[in-house]
Amino acid sequence: MFASIEKAGEATASFPILTMLVLMPLLGAILVSLLSKKHGEWVKLAALVSSIATGAMSVWMLVKFPTGAAGFEFVSKHSWISEWGISWHLGVDGISLFMVVLTGVLFPLVIVGIDPHHDHKSYLAWMLLLEAGVMGSFLSLDLFLFFVFFEIVLVPMYFLIGGWGYEKRVYAATKFFLYTMAGSAFMLVGIVATAFLARRDTGVLTFDLVEIAQKANFAAGTGRWLFAAFMVAFAVKVPLFPLHTWLPDAHTQAPTGGSVILAGVLLKMGTYGMLRFGVYLFPQAAIWAKPVLLTLAVIGILYGAIAATMQKDLKRLVAYSSVAHLGFIVLGTFALTTQAITGGVMQMVNHGVSTGALFLLVGMIYERRHTRQISELGGIQSVAPIFAGFFMIVMLSSIGLPGLNGFVGEFLVLIGSFPTARWWVVVATVGVILAALYLLWAYQRVFHGEPNDDNKSFPEITLREGLLLSVFVAAIVFAGVYPKPMLDRIQPSVKALIEHVEASK
Amino acid sequence: MMTKLIAATSTFDGPAIQWFKISPVLALLGGALLLILVGSLTPQWKRGWYATASVVTAITAAILTGVLWNQMSDDKPSTLVGGAISFDHFALFATFTICVAVALVSLVANDYLTREGEDGPEVYGLMLTAAIGGVVMVSANDLLVLFLGLETLSLSFYLLTASGRSRAQSGEAGLKYFILGGFASAFFLYGVALLFGASGTTNLQSMATVLSTEVNISTNSGLLLAGIALLLVGFAFKVSLVPFHVWTPDVYQGAPTPITALMGSVGKVAAFSALIRVFMIALPSRIDDWRPAILVLALLTLVVGSVLAVVQTDVKRMLAYSSISHAGFILVGLEAASHIGHADAHLGISSAMGYLFIYSVLVIGTFAVVSVVAGTGDAATMLDAFKGLGKKRPVLALGMTVLLLAQAGVPLTSGFVAKFGIIRAAVSVESYALAVAAMLAAVIAAFLYLRIMVSMWLSDPADEAPVSISRSAGLAITLAVAATLLIGILPNLLLEISKTISF
Repeated sequence: MFASIEKAGEATASFPILTMLVLMPLLGAILVSLLSKKHGEWVKLAALVSSIATGAMSVWMLVKFPTGAAGFEFVSKHSWISEWGISWHLGVDGISLFMVVLTGVLFPLVIVGIDPHHDHKSYLAWMLLLEAGVMGSFLSLDLFLFFVFFEIVLVPMYFLIGGWGYEKRVYAATKFFLYTMAGSAFMLVGIVATAFLARRDTGVLTFDLVEIAQKANFAAGTGRWLFAAFMVAFAVKVPLFPLHTWLPDAHTQAPTGGSVILAGVLLKMGTYGMLRFGVYLFPQAAIWAKPVLLTLAVIGILYGAIAATMQKDLKRLVAYSSVAHLGFIVLGTFALTTQAITGGVMQMVNHGVSTGALFLLVGMIYERRHTRQISELGGIQSVAPIFAGFFMIVMLSSIGLPGLNGFVGEFLVLIGSFPTARWWVVVATVGVILAALYLLWAYQRVFHGEPNDDNKSFPEITLREGLLLSVFVAAIVFAGVYPKPMLDRIQPSVKALIEHVEASK
Repeated sequence: MMTKLIAATSTFDGPAIQWFKISPVLALLGGALLLILVGSLTPQWKRGWYATASVVTAITAAILTGVLWNQMSDDKPSTLVGGAISFDHFALFATFTICVAVALVSLVANDYLTREGEDGPEVYGLMLTAAIGGVVMVSANDLLVLFLGLETLSLSFYLLTASGRSRAQSGEAGLKYFILGGFASAFFLYGVALLFGASGTTNLQSMATVLSTEVNISTNSGLLLAGIALLLVGFAFKVSLVPFHVWTPDVYQGAPTPITALMGSVGKVAAFSALIRVFMIALPSRIDDWRPAILVLALLTLVVGSVLAVVQTDVKRMLAYSSISHAGFILVGLEAASHIGHADAHLGISSAMGYLFIYSVLVIGTFAVVSVVAGTGDAATMLDAFKGLGKKRPVLALGMTVLLLAQAGVPLTSGFVAKFGIIRAAVSVESYALAVAAMLAAVIAAFLYLRIMVSMWLSDPADEAPVSISRSAGLAITLAVAATLLIGILPNLLLEISKTISF
């Protein structure tokens, strides 16, 4: 059933590392669900081992990834549903590379560092299943396979929010599920239509991304419809204004671990999809739709920033800041220049690290004070200075302070977009200032001033929390000071993508 | 006069019957007779033996169907019994589905009947009779034979619906079903009469030939169109398409839960297969007239079914409405098939049949869980009864979750394969709008499955009432869940078979 297909032009790996990246967490999830609840330690150990092994493999893949390569590496391709021209086709290039590594590293950190408080066994099983789904989404080079992973992710996330979230968790989880599924409804029809319409050019019915992108030549009108069908799904996932309303609820109600993963990698499936499937498959349509998407991105930046400024709930504030940050990534994507997209891809990773860390910190505050209301906090800096220090660094990275990672990505996006999207950049820059406003103001209200009675006993950071946050801070500083290794690996693939777009004109 | 008649009978040559080719029906008939005749004349059999007889019968029929299927790859499709029954992949696939469904439902029924203390041969006998009616329907090549099958199926269903002796609701549902079903049969028969008037034949192929000559079309248009419309109404009632669906929730809710599963599987497969065959074989020359009707019915069924499913509070009613929404999906397949002349139109039929098979397994599995949770007297079918099932019976809840996710069409389950097949068929003939509408209806319906999952996993148990699972119900659920996952992960298993389905 899984006959191997050799294909020239793609670097196939001798060890199927990408397949293992998907299967390892899946096996972990199965193992965890089979172990007895009574052996809590074994359950945790199994989850830990499989997630750390996945993380280690992703890092090993990063090390082995040839700098300067533009095509897909470590490709593994096997026929799956031959009847429908569908194959298990995985590959990684500069655009997906760091998303895979981020996924691989973030999950073990979340699994080690965040305590779900109850039902560890099912929590860990869902977490690992989620990891397998996210990995698969970032690695799939087959439209059908991508859809499978893209959809399957909803199930564990639904249960994580619904089972371990806060007061309105069921509402938030259901909203998240239905919103995303509604978007996917369009994408599924789009995927099938793409494969059928491309059959004229590819000769046989295939769902292979690379095959279709290289051979198919859609009529302008058709391409636009197909592009739109994909974009609806991604716009919900990102989320792009005005389809964002599920996000503040989902983020606020999700347990800390869920929020970190949601912000860290799940939202990126949308922006990544826009690049990998939207722009790559339908370059002409992407150029055509550019003004609309750029406008929505800029509205998202401003709207997210303004909405964040007005939030009274700290977690909700961070959630809205995500809307703004993702707007920058979309701006970079549809500016359609090498520099802007490179910045956008880098910003996907940066946002994952910074906002992931912010959610982690907000979660720690909630653990200590059982409130997320900004008005009930205050003066924490004087009782927990190290905690405040960590928060400060992460927040500054989110604002985009030079020397930290956020600056590099945001700067590249803005400067790269300027030649092709001048006026949008001008407006978007206001968003940069607003980001400083809402985050600094929030910091001031939470950490400065005199602590009230409840906050006087705010415990300082523990060793475990400190170590966990140190990993994030190290990534923030490293990528900010020395982004070259990252950019060197991202850029060639982006360049190839831009050439593909140029060639289609 | 009398002598003339006798003379006529002496020269009457019965049609040649290839007995082996109708052996699945004969097997079912044998099992039904055994249960009803022997079963009622002998003292009460030991626990589980009636069900065993029923399961063995159904499996025998399924195996015979499989053997015939293999023979079929050498033979060409043909007709049997003087052109009354058609023998083709389409009929065999539907027959196989019906047999599998009866076997699974028998397992669930065993659990239900022993729990209620009503174990006996009648229910199983009637289930096998219903299966006979179904098999006749899916292979009928003549409208009158089709009607015979339809009545055999329907009469068995009326009785089965009312068979829950301890519940007044069951009798009420049976009566309701009987009266409304009688109406539908009348519509159907009137349609047959008008079509006969327009074409002079009830044989499907002859009808197609007659109708394709232009003279007949222009002269008998009124009769023909009225006949098609009435026939469609009859079918629409049987497969519960909106706006002919109103009986469905009441009957599904009132009937004993295993019987509901039978109606959702065997009833749907039989009526849908017959609908597809009649319209595709006998009436292709009038496709431009009936396709718009199918389109409108599909849209209405998808939307109304999904929306009404969401607001229910009784799980059986929810699933009844969801079955209506699923029927809409199958109609989308028929709509795709109706684009005759398009290179990919054949995908419509194979995807609709694949959907029917997958849905049958899903619906039986789901209702099996409902039956188990409902407990004695089939009482606890409110959504609240599912509260905390994840804590009380985690494995059962997990199985139910898989089945519900499959009904919602989540990937790696058979439900996704089914939906994908339909969408693929619709898109291949460029019915994009219908494909999008179907997917959006599926999203609305997903909300309903989420509601049940929320109850199971995210709510605390409403009471401490234990949920007990008997071995036979457990087996049925396990088989359904295994098939759901297996087809979901390796769809080739089913696709290889379903792609050869044709008349």
